[in-house]
Amino acid sequence: MNVQSTPVLAIDSLRVEYPLANGSVFTAVENASLIIRPGEIHALVGESGAGKTTIGNTVMGLLEKPGRIAAGSIHIDGKRFDPARGSAEGIVLGRDVGAVFQDPMTSLNPLFTIESQLTEAMRFHLRLDKAAARARALELLESVGIPEPKRRLKAYPHQLSGGQRQRVVIAAALSCNPKLVVADEPTTALDVSVQAQILKLLRDLADGRGIGILLVTHNMGVVAQIADRVTIMHRGKVVETGTTEEVLRRPKASYAKALIGAVPRIDQRLDRFPVLGDEGKGRAERARAELRAKAERSNVAAEEAPILSVENLCVDYTTSGWLPGSKGHRFRAVDGVSFSVRSGEVFGLVGESGCGKTTIANVVSGLVRPTAGRVLYRGQSIAGGGASRRVGPLRQAIQMIFQDPYSSLNSRMRIGSILSEPILFYRLASTRAEAENDVARLIEAVGLEAEAAERFPHAFSGGQRQRLSIARALGARPKLIVCDEPTSSLDVSVQAQILNLLKDLRDATGLTLLLISHDLAVVRQMCDRVAVMRQGQLLEQADSETLFDAPQHAYTKELLSLVPTLDRIRGETKAA
Amino acid sequence: MKTLAATPGRFIRLGAPISVIVAAIIALILVACALLASWIAPYDPTDLASFELINAELPPAFTADGDSRFLLGTDNQGRDLLSAMLYGARVSIAIGGGAVLLAATLGVTLGLLAGYFGGRVDALIMRVADVILSFPTILLALLVSGIARAIFPGAATAEWAPVILICAIAIHEWVQYARTVRAATMVETAKDYVRAAKVIGLPPRRIMLRHILPNVMSPVLVISTINLAAAVLTEATLSFLGVGMPPTYPSLGTLIRIGNEFVFSGIWWIALFPALALVILVLAVNIVGDWLRDRFNPKLRVKR
Repeated sequence: MNVQSTPVLAIDSLRVEYPLANGSVFTAVENASLIIRPGEIHALVGESGAGKTTIGNTVMGLLEKPGRIAAGSIHIDGKRFDPARGSAEGIVLGRDVGAVFQDPMTSLNPLFTIESQLTEAMRFHLRLDKAAARARALELLESVGIPEPKRRLKAYPHQLSGGQRQRVVIAAALSCNPKLVVADEPTTALDVSVQAQILKLLRDLADGRGIGILLVTHNMGVVAQIADRVTIMHRGKVVETGTTEEVLRRPKASYAKALIGAVPRIDQRLDRFPVLGDEGKGRAERARAELRAKAERSNVAAEEAPILSVENLCVDYTTSGWLPGSKGHRFRAVDGVSFSVRSGEVFGLVGESGCGKTTIANVVSGLVRPTAGRVLYRGQSIAGGGASRRVGPLRQAIQMIFQDPYSSLNSRMRIGSILSEPILFYRLASTRAEAENDVARLIEAVGLEAEAAERFPHAFSGGQRQRLSIARALGARPKLIVCDEPTSSLDVSVQAQILNLLKDLRDATGLTLLLISHDLAVVRQMCDRVAVMRQGQLLEQADSETLFDAPQHAYTKELLSLVPTLDRIRGETKAA
Repeated sequence: MKTLAATPGRFIRLGAPISVIVAAIIALILVACALLASWIAPYDPTDLASFELINAELPPAFTADGDSRFLLGTDNQGRDLLSAMLYGARVSIAIGGGAVLLAATLGVTLGLLAGYFGGRVDALIMRVADVILSFPTILLALLVSGIARAIFPGAATAEWAPVILICAIAIHEWVQYARTVRAATMVETAKDYVRAAKVIGLPPRRIMLRHILPNVMSPVLVISTINLAAAVLTEATLSFLGVGMPPTYPSLGTLIRIGNEFVFSGIWWIALFPALALVILVLAVNIVGDWLRDRFNPKLRVKR
C-alpha cells in the first residue's frame, strides 16, 4: 500500500441529519471520519441503525431527502463532495465510484440481458462503441470469474445463480475503472460458500487493481477475513477505528468489546455468550421455576428413548395449474432423511439455503405433509405413514419459533391476547385470571416486564419480539420446540441474548430444541448433536464436538473452512 | 366512513386536502338529511292522503308562479318535491348501503376462503367471480330483478323491491371484494404469525376470523366507500329504467324517471333537483373514497 498517494475517500467529521415531522432533528451520523487509500478495504461495521449505510449512501450521492449533510466534508479522489449537487466536481457515480448492493436478486433489471446492463455505463460514461464495450464486458466477466462469459453475456439475470449475479453486479461496478467501490452488505444475502468466493474476489480487486473499497457490513467474520482497517459505529458515532488486527484483538471501547464478544465462536464452545447487563435475572428465574412446576414432568421414564424420530422422510413440492390437463412441475425438497432427537437435547440441522432444512421444520411442526416416510413423536406417528390429523396433546407438544420477528406476531393483537391464545385454546388455565397470570409469568420468563401484555407488537424491538415469540411457543407447554433460524434476522448482540435465553429455558424446563440454522458458529454454541444437509439429503450427523473438530464428510469440511471467523484475522495469518 | 367523517379533526391530521374535507362534510350533511327525512321533511310523500292532484306540477317557490308551500315545487301527483327527494335519498342510500354490506360480507367471506385454502376452493370461487365480471353490471342487475319479478308477481313487488335491488347490485359488486381480500389473505397466510397460529393448532375458522380478517380489512373499507357511490348510481339507473323502486315509494332514480317525461313540457324541476342531489352525493362520496384509496395504497404512498 502506498501511504503517500491521495486517499480515494476521505471523510472528515461528517454529520448527517434528518429533520423530523415534529420539528426536531434526528442525527444519523455524527462526527464520523475515515480515510481509504488505494488498494485498501475499509470495513464499516455496526448493528442496524448505527448509521453505516447512511455513510455509504452519502458517499454515493444517494442520501435520500430530507436527509442532509449538516457538517464536515467528503473528498473522493482528492475532489471535494458538494452536498448541494450530491456529487463531487468531476466525479461521476457509476464511473469513478462503483456500487455493489446487498441483494443480487433485485439489483439487476430482470428485463435486460447481462450484456446490456454491463455495457450501459461504459457506453454512457466512457463513450465506447458497441463492439469495444462488448469486448470490455467479456473481459470484466472473465476477471470476476464467471465461467463461459460469452454465453453469459446473452443471459438474463434469472438464468444466473445468486453468486453469479453478485459477480455481475461487481463487474458492472468495475466497468468504468472506478477509484472507489462502495459495497453495502455485499455477501449478506449469499450462502457461506458463495460468500467466500465473493470476498476473495473483492480482496483480489483491491490488491490487483488498487481500488479502494468501503465495505459496509454487520458480519465480524467478513471483516476479519478481508478488511485492512475497521471502523465500528454505534448509534451514529464512531466508537473505534484502526487496523483490523488492533480493533478485533484489542478493542478499547466497551461497546466494541461487547460487540466482538457477542460474535459466536466456531473454534470452541462457551457456556454462555458474554452479554452486557443481564438485568431482571432473578425475576426471570423465579418465573421459569414456576413454569417448570406447572409443566408436568411425565417424561422421566422416556428419557432414553428418542423424543422425535424422522424416518426416510421425503417431501416433494409440485406446482400444477388448476385447468385439467395442465402439467405439474415436481421438485424433491427433502430426499430420504432420517435422524432422531433425544429428550432434553439441542439438535442442530445445518445447511445452505435450499437444502431442505426449513421443509423438515415444517413437517415436524405439522405445516407440511410428507410425500413419503414418517415422523414419530415418542413412538407415535405424527406425520406420514398413516398418521391422522394432529390434534390435542400431540399438537401441543411441538411448537415453533420463527425467523422473522416482525411478521411472526399479529400486529392487530395485544401481546396479552397473542400469548393467552394457546393457553386458552388448550384449556391450560381454568379461568381468564389464571391465564393472565400465566401470560405474565411467560413474559417474565423471557426477560421482559409483565406490563408488556397491554401493548401491541409494534412497541417492541426485533429482539424483544423474538422473546415474545418464544414466550408464545412456551405457552402451549410443549416438549419440543422447533427453532427455524431464530436469530438470523437479529443483530449480533441481540442474537447472543436470544441464544442465552434459549439455553436458560432449556436448562430450566427440560425442553428439547430442534435448531435449524445456516450459521455454523451458532450451531456449535447451541447444539449437542448436529446433522448437515445438502440438496435435500442428510450427509453427516454427529455429536457437535466431534463434527466441528473432526468432520467426516468432504462437504462439512469445506463448509467449516469457508466460514469467516475471528480466529483468522487478515494480516495476522502472515505474522503467525 | 361515517365514523371517519364524523371527526373532521382526524381528517386534517391524516393530511386530507381541503377539497376532501369539504366533500366529506357535504356527504355527511346529505346522509344526515336523508336519515332524518321523517322529521325534517315538510310532508310525508308516502301518505297518499297528504297530497292532492290539484297541486300537481307546481313550480318551485322561488319562481314567479311558485307556491310558498312547496319549496322545490311538486311532481305530477301533487307531491312536495323536497319531501319526495329527502325520502328518495333515504331509499337510495339504504339500498346502496345494503348492497355494499351484502357484497362486502359475501366477498370478504369468499375471498378469505379462496386465499386461505387455495387450490380447488380458490379455483372454483375465482372462476365464478370471473364469469360474473364478464357481465356488465346493469345487464346482470336487470336479469336478477327480472327473475325476481317473475317469482314475486303483482302486489308483493313493491314491498320486495328494495331487497331485490340490493341483491341485484350486490351480485356484481362482491367480486371486487373477493379479489382484493383473496390477494391480501394470500400475503398474510404466508406470514409467520399465521404459521404460528397453525402450529398452535387453531382451527382454520378461528385463524381466518381472528388473525387474518383484521389484517385485510383496511382495503375493504376503502372499496366500500367507492362502491357505495357506485351502488347508489346503479340503483338510480335501475329505477330510471323502471325496474327499480315503484312511483309510490320513489328513490332519487324514480323521481328522475318521472321528471324525465315532463322535461320537454317545460316542467324541468321534477327531474333537475333529484338529479342534482344524486350528482352531489355521488361526487362527494367518490372524492372521499378516492382519497382514502390513495391514502391507504402503500404503492402510492410517498416515502417518508
